[in-house]
Amino acid sequence: MFDIDKWQEIFSTIQKNKLRTFLTGFSVAWGIFMLIVLLGSGKGLENGIHSNFDADAANSIWIFPGQTSKPYKGIQPGKYVRFTNEDYERLKREIDNLERISSRYDIRGNDLISYKNEYGSFGINTVHPDMEFIENSFPIKGRFINNIDIEKSRKVAVIGDLVEEALFKNGKSPIGEYIKIQGIPFKVVGIYSENSNNDGERRRVYIPISTAQMIFDGGNRINNIALSVKDMTIDESKQFEERLKASFAANHNFDKEDDRAIFIRNNQENIKEFQNAFQGIRLFIWVIGIGTIIAGIVGVSNIMIIVVKERTKEIGIRKAIGATPWSVVSSVLQESILITSFAGYIGLVLGVTLMEIIAKNVPADSMMFKNPEIDMSVAISATILLIISGTFAGYIPARRAAKIKPVVALRDE
Amino acid sequence: MIELKGLHKSYITGNNKLHVLKGLDLTIEQGELVSIMGSSGSGKSTLLNVLGILDSYDKGHYKLNNTLMSNLTEKKAAHYRNNMIGFVFQSFNLISFKNAMENVALPLYYQGVSRKKRNKIALEYLDRMGLKNWADHMPNELSGGQKQRVAIARSMISKPKVILADEPTGALDSTTSLEVMDLFREINKEGITIIIVTHEKDISERTNRIIYLKDGIIESEFISPRKISETVGTYRN
Repeated sequence: MFDIDKWQEIFSTIQKNKLRTFLTGFSVAWGIFMLIVLLGSGKGLENGIHSNFDADAANSIWIFPGQTSKPYKGIQPGKYVRFTNEDYERLKREIDNLERISSRYDIRGNDLISYKNEYGSFGINTVHPDMEFIENSFPIKGRFINNIDIEKSRKVAVIGDLVEEALFKNGKSPIGEYIKIQGIPFKVVGIYSENSNNDGERRRVYIPISTAQMIFDGGNRINNIALSVKDMTIDESKQFEERLKASFAANHNFDKEDDRAIFIRNNQENIKEFQNAFQGIRLFIWVIGIGTIIAGIVGVSNIMIIVVKERTKEIGIRKAIGATPWSVVSSVLQESILITSFAGYIGLVLGVTLMEIIAKNVPADSMMFKNPEIDMSVAISATILLIISGTFAGYIPARRAAKIKPVVALRDE
Repeated sequence: MIELKGLHKSYITGNNKLHVLKGLDLTIEQGELVSIMGSSGSGKSTLLNVLGILDSYDKGHYKLNNTLMSNLTEKKAAHYRNNMIGFVFQSFNLISFKNAMENVALPLYYQGVSRKKRNKIALEYLDRMGLKNWADHMPNELSGGQKQRVAIARSMISKPKVILADEPTGALDSTTSLEVMDLFREINKEGITIIIVTHEKDISERTNRIIYLKDGIIESEFISPRKISETVGTYRN
């Protein structure tokens, strides 16, 4: 197959037939280019929209107490449901596929926080250690709230990087420093950040829930429970929600059909729906992508047919001089492979370059478009597919041309 | 050298069957310079195509250099064409995107001769044709006579046993035609058999043996006047 002389022969043929080489190459390069732009944009769109969800764990479920709206066992509607530590402990016991769980107590009063002479208003979240993973609030310095903090009701705090920015203007490391919440000092043990478009997510202060209940007159009250469970389908997730409701209904004496007694926010469900929507978009992109590739294949085939037709006389001459059918077929095919691979590569490079340029110029906080990654294996297999089909498209007419009797090919038209 | 016995060839176009060669017998010895004449439709081009293994025949037999040419695979036919036969066509049939030297060298490419070597040999043949300075010209930059000389060089480069020329002067003016015929006579003197199909009387008269074809059989055959005078001249001396 590899024969320098043959390649020289092919190169000289290509050099002297620039237009048809260009046309063949263009349809291949265009097909690959479009495919890459399509796949990259689709991925960028998906990543962009996904980034809006990243703030919280994708599979988190939030439970908030409400007010009953139906009479139940002689109790009039309008009763406030109150969550206590017992609810937290019960869920921890009852749910077998539980991943993370944290409850929260909302402190009454102002949320003013001070460090020396600096003041600021930030969200105060009283949490269990698992909240780190439910909120995706990972420490960048120090640590998150841990179990010992909870047990000993330590006065410690983990602050967001934007809180640090606002309060620690002197450039001093906040770790080990004391901030005051409603006048009570808390030792900063960690700083977290979040990959989020929402600055509010980075302007929080986490303190242990046990400390908060003790210091801020919470008793055993909690205001909501957040948890995450191991991967579930939408159906399983819905059933899980029903079971949760039933459990609370039994323990808090309300009708489990009452949909105002407690509220459940199920991110898992949202995410799944979002994922389904994107599966649709991905499918759509693939259909168009495959369409583009087919258009490329048809383009290559057409040009190969014309090339062979145009070269019929030349092939006749070559055969009269002593070319074997195989040498005719293989030279046409090798030419086609050479052109399609080269053009495919160019399309690949151009497409990737364009996506890189777009990625660089999209504003970093864009909610719609982010990191248009390209699956290189897909791009490369598409190129290979195009080369193979270009070869196949060239093979049939080349084979036919090689079979033509030279006398027919040489006949003057 | 060439032996045809009872050769039949017909073409089928749609429902019509055209019987072109009707039991042709012909023997041509090594080193002959033969012209085949006949009106159009007499079968002379068909005969040349069969001789050149460009086309198959239906019945009879064709032996070239004592080898029977029948039921050849494409590969085998290509091999024989490459090694034993040189072609010269009316419309030259040079490859338009190759220069004169590359065109001449092409048969050697199919023999697997390296580029450097075959281009060197091609230059020698072009030199013999007086075209050395035109070696890197493209066919469309050459005159008709030059093109035909390039084509003749190409037909000779593989040192064939026989050169088949189909109306080689058909597209040339009379002076150039005679030059080309002189060239053929010269080549013939080296012992290469040459068969020329033509309908021009003064061309055929420059060959040694003239075969008239009519309706697919040989109507008559002459030793050309020129050959007679040459022979007589030799005898006198």
